[in-house]
Amino acid sequence: MAKKSVKGFTIHFLPYIEIEDLDSSQRVKKLLSIILKNKIIILQGRLRVEEETRLIEDTMALVGNVKGFKGVELAVMTPGNEKRRIMSKLKHGIARALIGEQDALTIIGPASIITDMRRDPKKLEIFMGK
Amino acid sequence: MVIRILKNFFKRLFEGMFQRKKHISLGFYGPPNAGKTSLANRICKDWTGEEIGKVSKVPHETRNVQFKEKVEINFKGKALTFKLVDTPGIATKVDYEDFMKFKLKKKDAQKRAKEATHGIIESIKWLDDADAVIVVIDATQNPYSQVNITIIGNLIARKIPVLIVGNKVDLRKADLKRVEAAFPEYEVVGISAKYGKNMEEFYESVFKLAKKAR
Repeated sequence: MAKKSVKGFTIHFLPYIEIEDLDSSQRVKKLLSIILKNKIIILQGRLRVEEETRLIEDTMALVGNVKGFKGVELAVMTPGNEKRRIMSKLKHGIARALIGEQDALTIIGPASIITDMRRDPKKLEIFMGK
Repeated sequence: MVIRILKNFFKRLFEGMFQRKKHISLGFYGPPNAGKTSLANRICKDWTGEEIGKVSKVPHETRNVQFKEKVEINFKGKALTFKLVDTPGIATKVDYEDFMKFKLKKKDAQKRAKEATHGIIESIKWLDDADAVIVVIDATQNPYSQVNITIIGNLIARKIPVLIVGNKVDLRKADLKRVEAAFPEYEVVGISAKYGKNMEEFYESVFKLAKKAR
Protein backbone atom coordinates (compact mmCIF):
# COMPACT_ATOMS: atom_id res chain seq x y z
CA MET A 1 0.00 0.00 0.00
CA ALA A 2 1.40 3.49 -0.93
CA LYS A 3 2.36 5.71 1.99
CA LYS A 4 0.11 8.71 2.42
CA SER A 5 1.83 11.87 3.59
CA VAL A 6 0.13 14.71 5.39
CA LYS A 7 0.22 17.68 3.03
CA GLY A 8 -0.62 20.32 5.59
CA PHE A 9 -2.98 20.77 8.47
CA THR A 10 -4.59 23.52 10.51
CA ILE A 11 -4.63 23.66 14.28
CA HIS A 12 -7.61 25.49 15.70
CA PHE A 13 -7.01 26.64 19.26
CA LEU A 14 -10.37 26.97 21.02
CA PRO A 15 -10.45 28.87 24.32
CA TYR A 16 -12.93 27.43 26.82
CA ILE A 17 -14.91 30.66 26.80
CA GLU A 18 -15.98 29.85 23.21
CA ILE A 19 -17.98 26.85 24.45
CA GLU A 20 -18.66 27.84 28.05
CA ASP A 21 -22.18 29.15 27.46
CA LEU A 22 -23.19 26.45 24.98
CA ASP A 23 -25.29 23.47 25.98
CA SER A 24 -23.91 19.93 25.45
CA SER A 25 -25.50 19.47 22.05
CA GLN A 26 -24.21 22.84 20.79
CA ARG A 27 -20.70 22.12 22.09
CA VAL A 28 -20.46 18.82 20.26
CA LYS A 29 -21.95 20.37 17.12
CA LYS A 30 -19.41 23.21 17.19
CA LEU A 31 -16.46 20.85 17.64
CA LEU A 32 -17.59 18.54 14.86
CA SER A 33 -18.19 21.43 12.48
CA ILE A 34 -14.53 22.45 12.94
CA ILE A 35 -13.27 18.87 12.59
CA LEU A 36 -15.26 18.36 9.39
CA LYS A 37 -13.22 21.22 7.92
CA ASN A 38 -10.19 18.92 8.47
CA LYS A 39 -8.83 20.96 11.36
CA ILE A 40 -7.25 19.72 14.56
CA ILE A 41 -8.77 21.29 17.66
CA ILE A 42 -6.83 22.10 20.79
CA LEU A 43 -9.50 22.93 23.32
CA GLN A 44 -8.65 24.68 26.55
CA GLY A 45 -10.37 22.60 29.20
CA ARG A 46 -12.36 19.47 28.64
CA LEU A 47 -15.85 18.28 27.88
CA ARG A 48 -17.97 16.59 30.52
CA VAL A 49 -17.83 12.79 30.25
CA GLU A 50 -21.38 12.64 28.94
CA GLU A 51 -20.39 15.20 26.27
CA GLU A 52 -17.40 13.05 25.27
CA THR A 53 -19.80 10.14 24.84
CA ARG A 54 -22.16 12.33 22.85
CA LEU A 55 -19.21 13.34 20.67
CA ILE A 56 -18.50 9.66 19.95
CA GLU A 57 -22.18 9.00 19.14
CA ASP A 58 -22.46 11.97 16.80
CA THR A 59 -19.12 11.11 15.20
CA MET A 60 -20.34 7.60 14.46
CA ALA A 61 -23.54 8.98 12.94
CA LEU A 62 -21.38 10.98 10.51
CA VAL A 63 -18.98 8.17 9.54
CA GLY A 64 -20.09 6.72 6.24
CA ASN A 65 -22.49 9.63 5.65
CA VAL A 66 -19.82 12.29 5.14
CA LYS A 67 -17.43 11.47 2.31
CA GLY A 68 -13.95 10.64 3.53
CA PHE A 69 -14.82 11.04 7.23
CA LYS A 70 -13.63 8.08 9.28
CA GLY A 71 -14.08 9.48 12.75
CA VAL A 72 -11.87 11.31 15.20
CA GLU A 73 -8.90 10.82 17.43
CA LEU A 74 -9.39 12.25 20.89
CA ALA A 75 -7.15 12.74 23.88
CA VAL A 76 -7.50 14.72 27.09
CA MET A 77 -4.47 15.78 29.06
CA THR A 78 -5.07 16.72 32.67
CA PRO A 79 -2.34 17.84 35.04
CA GLY A 80 -1.68 15.12 37.59
CA ASN A 81 -1.71 15.89 41.28
CA GLU A 82 0.66 13.19 42.41
CA LYS A 83 3.87 15.25 42.36
CA ARG A 84 2.40 18.40 43.83
CA ARG A 85 3.17 19.61 47.32
CA ILE A 86 0.29 19.94 49.76
CA MET A 87 -0.08 23.73 49.36
CA SER A 88 0.02 23.40 45.60
CA LYS A 89 -2.64 20.65 45.73
CA LEU A 90 -4.82 22.89 47.89
CA LYS A 91 -4.47 25.89 45.56
CA HIS A 92 -5.13 23.67 42.58
CA GLY A 93 -8.22 22.19 44.25
CA ILE A 94 -9.64 25.64 44.97
CA ALA A 95 -8.97 26.81 41.42
CA ARG A 96 -10.71 23.70 40.05
CA ALA A 97 -13.70 24.28 42.30
CA LEU A 98 -14.00 27.84 40.96
CA ILE A 99 -13.35 27.42 37.25
CA GLY A 100 -13.73 23.71 36.59
CA GLU A 101 -11.17 21.72 34.62
CA GLN A 102 -9.94 24.59 32.45
CA ASP A 103 -6.36 23.50 33.13
CA ALA A 104 -6.97 20.40 31.02
CA LEU A 105 -6.23 20.27 27.31
CA THR A 106 -8.38 18.36 24.83
CA ILE A 107 -7.04 17.47 21.41
CA ILE A 108 -9.50 16.28 18.79
CA GLY A 109 -8.70 15.75 15.16
CA PRO A 110 -10.10 13.99 12.12
CA ALA A 111 -8.88 10.38 11.86
CA SER A 112 -7.97 11.09 8.23
CA ILE A 113 -5.16 13.38 9.47
CA ILE A 114 -4.34 11.99 12.92
CA THR A 115 -3.74 8.27 12.61
CA ASP A 116 -3.07 7.63 16.29
CA MET A 117 -2.70 9.31 19.65
CA ARG A 118 -0.73 7.49 22.31
CA ARG A 119 -0.78 8.77 25.79
CA ASP A 120 0.61 7.79 29.12
CA PRO A 121 0.71 9.76 32.38
CA LYS A 122 3.73 11.77 31.25
CA LYS A 123 3.14 12.54 27.60
CA LEU A 124 0.93 12.49 24.56
CA GLU A 125 2.27 11.54 21.12
CA ILE A 126 0.31 12.40 18.03
CA PHE A 127 0.92 10.43 14.84
CA MET A 128 -0.05 11.77 11.45
CA GLY A 129 0.00 10.31 7.95
CA LYS A 130 0.34 6.57 7.25
CA MET B 1 -58.53 -2.47 56.05
CA VAL B 2 -56.62 0.72 56.81
CA ILE B 3 -54.23 -1.26 58.98
CA ARG B 4 -53.70 -3.77 56.13
CA ILE B 5 -52.99 -0.97 53.65
CA LEU B 6 -50.50 0.63 56.05
CA LYS B 7 -48.91 -2.76 56.71
CA ASN B 8 -48.39 -3.41 52.97
CA PHE B 9 -47.03 0.10 52.46
CA PHE B 10 -44.41 -0.27 55.17
CA LYS B 11 -43.56 -3.78 53.98
CA ARG B 12 -42.87 -2.49 50.44
CA LEU B 13 -40.93 0.47 51.79
CA PHE B 14 -38.80 -1.79 53.99
CA GLU B 15 -38.14 -4.25 51.15
CA GLY B 16 -37.25 -1.41 48.82
CA MET B 17 -34.73 -0.05 51.27
CA PHE B 18 -33.01 -3.23 52.33
CA GLN B 19 -33.57 -5.82 49.66
CA ARG B 20 -31.03 -5.85 46.83
CA LYS B 21 -32.15 -6.25 43.26
CA LYS B 22 -32.36 -9.99 42.56
CA HIS B 23 -31.33 -10.09 38.91
CA ILE B 24 -28.86 -7.51 37.75
CA SER B 25 -27.98 -6.46 34.23
CA LEU B 26 -24.23 -6.96 33.78
CA GLY B 27 -22.77 -5.11 30.81
CA PHE B 28 -19.52 -5.92 29.03
CA TYR B 29 -17.91 -2.78 27.66
CA GLY B 30 -14.56 -1.86 26.19
CA PRO B 31 -12.69 -1.09 22.97
CA PRO B 32 -13.00 -3.39 19.93
CA ASN B 33 -11.03 -6.66 20.00
CA ALA B 34 -10.41 -6.55 23.75
CA GLY B 35 -12.16 -9.91 24.25
CA LYS B 36 -15.59 -8.95 25.56
CA THR B 37 -17.41 -11.62 23.57
CA SER B 38 -14.68 -14.18 24.31
CA LEU B 39 -15.21 -13.55 28.03
CA ALA B 40 -19.00 -13.56 27.66
CA ASN B 41 -18.73 -16.86 25.76
CA ARG B 42 -16.52 -18.37 28.46
CA ILE B 43 -19.04 -17.42 31.18
CA CYS B 44 -22.06 -18.58 29.16
CA LYS B 45 -20.39 -21.85 28.22
CA ASP B 46 -19.34 -22.48 31.85
CA TRP B 47 -22.81 -21.83 33.28
CA THR B 48 -25.41 -22.24 30.53
CA GLY B 49 -23.71 -24.61 28.11
CA GLU B 50 -23.92 -22.34 25.07
CA GLU B 51 -22.03 -19.35 23.76
CA ILE B 52 -23.45 -15.90 23.15
CA GLY B 53 -21.71 -14.77 19.97
CA LYS B 54 -18.99 -15.13 17.35
CA VAL B 55 -15.42 -14.04 17.89
CA SER B 56 -12.68 -13.32 15.39
CA LYS B 57 -9.44 -11.41 14.97
CA VAL B 58 -11.21 -8.89 12.75
CA PRO B 59 -12.23 -5.89 14.89
CA HIS B 60 -15.91 -5.11 15.36
CA GLU B 61 -17.03 -8.75 15.08
CA THR B 62 -19.81 -7.92 17.56
CA ARG B 63 -21.87 -5.23 15.90
CA ASN B 64 -25.13 -5.64 17.82
CA VAL B 65 -25.85 -5.77 21.53
CA GLN B 66 -26.20 -9.45 22.50
CA PHE B 67 -27.99 -10.78 25.57
CA LYS B 68 -28.15 -13.89 27.65
CA GLU B 69 -30.97 -13.82 30.18
CA LYS B 70 -30.75 -15.51 33.60
CA VAL B 71 -27.13 -16.61 33.64
CA GLU B 72 -26.72 -18.32 36.98
CA ILE B 73 -23.30 -18.62 38.55
CA ASN B 74 -22.82 -20.95 41.52
CA PHE B 75 -19.38 -20.42 42.95
CA LYS B 76 -17.97 -21.39 46.37
CA GLY B 77 -21.42 -21.75 47.88
CA LYS B 78 -22.68 -18.43 46.49
CA ALA B 79 -25.22 -17.92 43.71
CA LEU B 80 -25.73 -15.02 41.37
CA THR B 81 -28.23 -14.64 38.53
CA PHE B 82 -27.84 -11.90 35.99
CA LYS B 83 -28.63 -10.77 32.47
CA LEU B 84 -25.41 -10.74 30.49
CA VAL B 85 -25.22 -7.87 28.00
CA ASP B 86 -22.36 -8.10 25.49
CA THR B 87 -21.87 -4.84 23.61
CA PRO B 88 -20.05 -3.80 20.43
CA GLY B 89 -16.62 -2.32 21.09
CA ILE B 90 -16.59 1.46 21.40
CA ALA B 91 -14.25 3.41 19.16
CA THR B 92 -13.95 6.98 17.96
CA LYS B 93 -13.16 5.99 14.38
CA VAL B 94 -14.15 3.24 11.97
CA ASP B 95 -12.31 2.82 8.67
CA TYR B 96 -13.51 0.18 6.24
CA GLU B 97 -9.98 -0.04 4.79
CA ASP B 98 -8.84 -1.59 8.09
CA PHE B 99 -11.18 -4.52 7.47
CA MET B 100 -9.78 -5.01 3.96
CA LYS B 101 -6.40 -5.78 5.61
CA PHE B 102 -8.13 -8.94 6.88
CA LYS B 103 -8.96 -9.97 3.31
CA LEU B 104 -12.53 -8.64 3.29
CA LYS B 105 -13.78 -7.36 -0.06
CA LYS B 106 -14.44 -3.61 -0.30
CA LYS B 107 -18.24 -3.98 -0.34
CA ASP B 108 -18.21 -6.31 2.69
CA ALA B 109 -15.76 -4.03 4.50
CA GLN B 110 -17.96 -0.98 3.92
CA LYS B 111 -21.03 -2.89 5.12
CA ARG B 112 -19.14 -4.03 8.23
CA ALA B 113 -18.00 -0.45 8.91
CA LYS B 114 -21.56 0.85 8.68
CA GLU B 115 -22.80 -1.87 11.05
CA ALA B 116 -19.93 -1.14 13.43
CA THR B 117 -20.86 2.56 13.68
CA HIS B 118 -24.49 1.65 14.43
CA GLY B 119 -23.24 -0.86 16.99
CA ILE B 120 -21.20 1.78 18.79
CA ILE B 121 -24.20 4.08 19.04
CA GLU B 122 -26.33 1.20 20.34
CA SER B 123 -23.62 0.27 22.84
CA ILE B 124 -23.59 3.77 24.30
CA LYS B 125 -27.39 3.83 24.58
CA TRP B 126 -27.31 0.52 26.52
CA LEU B 127 -25.28 2.17 29.30
CA ASP B 128 -28.64 3.28 30.71
CA ASP B 129 -29.66 -0.35 31.22
CA ALA B 130 -26.57 -1.60 33.05
CA ASP B 131 -26.61 -2.18 36.82
CA ALA B 132 -22.91 -3.08 36.83
CA VAL B 133 -20.25 -3.14 34.13
CA ILE B 134 -17.19 -5.20 33.37
CA VAL B 135 -14.77 -3.14 31.30
CA VAL B 136 -12.63 -5.50 29.26
CA ILE B 137 -9.25 -4.12 28.24
CA ASP B 138 -6.62 -5.83 26.11
CA ALA B 139 -3.66 -6.11 28.49
CA THR B 140 -1.24 -6.06 25.53
CA GLN B 141 -2.44 -2.59 24.43
CA ASN B 142 -1.97 0.87 25.90
CA PRO B 143 -4.62 1.20 28.64
CA TYR B 144 -4.49 5.01 28.61
CA SER B 145 -6.63 5.34 25.48
CA GLN B 146 -9.29 8.03 25.68
CA VAL B 147 -11.98 5.48 24.83
CA ASN B 148 -11.19 3.53 28.02
CA ILE B 149 -11.11 6.71 30.08
CA THR B 150 -14.37 7.99 28.59
CA ILE B 151 -16.20 4.68 29.12
CA ILE B 152 -15.09 4.43 32.74
CA GLY B 153 -15.71 8.12 33.40
CA ASN B 154 -19.23 7.72 32.07
CA LEU B 155 -19.92 4.73 34.30
CA ILE B 156 -18.68 6.60 37.35
CA ALA B 157 -20.83 9.62 36.48
CA ARG B 158 -23.86 7.30 36.29
CA LYS B 159 -22.79 5.64 39.59
CA ILE B 160 -22.54 2.24 37.93
CA PRO B 161 -20.04 -0.06 39.71
CA VAL B 162 -17.11 -1.14 37.55
CA LEU B 163 -14.76 -4.10 37.40
CA ILE B 164 -11.79 -3.79 35.06
CA VAL B 165 -10.60 -6.96 33.38
CA GLY B 166 -7.18 -7.05 31.75
CA ASN B 167 -7.59 -9.77 29.13
CA LYS B 168 -5.06 -11.76 27.08
CA VAL B 169 -2.62 -12.20 29.99
CA ASP B 170 -1.50 -15.41 28.27
CA LEU B 171 0.34 -13.29 25.69
CA ARG B 172 3.95 -12.22 26.28
CA LYS B 173 3.23 -8.57 25.53
CA ALA B 174 0.55 -8.43 28.24
CA ASP B 175 1.34 -5.96 31.01
CA LEU B 176 -1.29 -6.16 33.73
CA LYS B 177 0.68 -3.82 36.02
CA ARG B 178 0.32 -1.06 33.42
CA VAL B 179 -3.48 -1.57 33.43
CA GLU B 180 -3.47 -1.46 37.25
CA ALA B 181 -1.36 1.72 37.19
CA ALA B 182 -3.74 3.34 34.68
CA PHE B 183 -6.79 2.68 36.88
CA PRO B 184 -5.54 2.63 40.48
CA GLU B 185 -8.96 3.39 42.02
CA TYR B 186 -10.59 0.31 40.48
CA GLU B 187 -10.32 -3.41 41.00
CA VAL B 188 -8.38 -4.96 38.13
CA VAL B 189 -8.36 -8.69 37.39
CA GLY B 190 -6.06 -10.28 34.83
CA ILE B 191 -7.47 -13.20 32.84
CA SER B 192 -7.22 -15.06 29.63
CA ALA B 193 -10.78 -15.47 28.33
CA LYS B 194 -9.48 -17.64 25.49
CA TYR B 195 -7.75 -20.18 27.78
CA GLY B 196 -9.82 -19.71 30.94
CA LYS B 197 -6.87 -18.49 33.01
CA ASN B 198 -7.59 -16.98 36.44
CA MET B 199 -11.36 -17.31 36.11
CA GLU B 200 -11.72 -18.09 39.84
CA GLU B 201 -10.43 -14.66 40.82
CA PHE B 202 -12.66 -13.17 38.12
CA TYR B 203 -15.82 -14.85 39.48
CA GLU B 204 -14.99 -13.75 43.03
CA SER B 205 -14.68 -10.18 41.73
CA VAL B 206 -18.01 -10.48 39.89
CA PHE B 207 -19.73 -11.40 43.15
CA LYS B 208 -18.17 -8.36 44.84
CA LEU B 209 -19.27 -6.20 41.91
CA ALA B 210 -22.84 -7.50 42.06
CA LYS B 211 -23.09 -6.53 45.74
CA LYS B 212 -22.40 -2.90 44.79
CA ALA B 213 -24.97 -2.91 41.98
CA ARG B 214 -28.09 -0.77 42.37
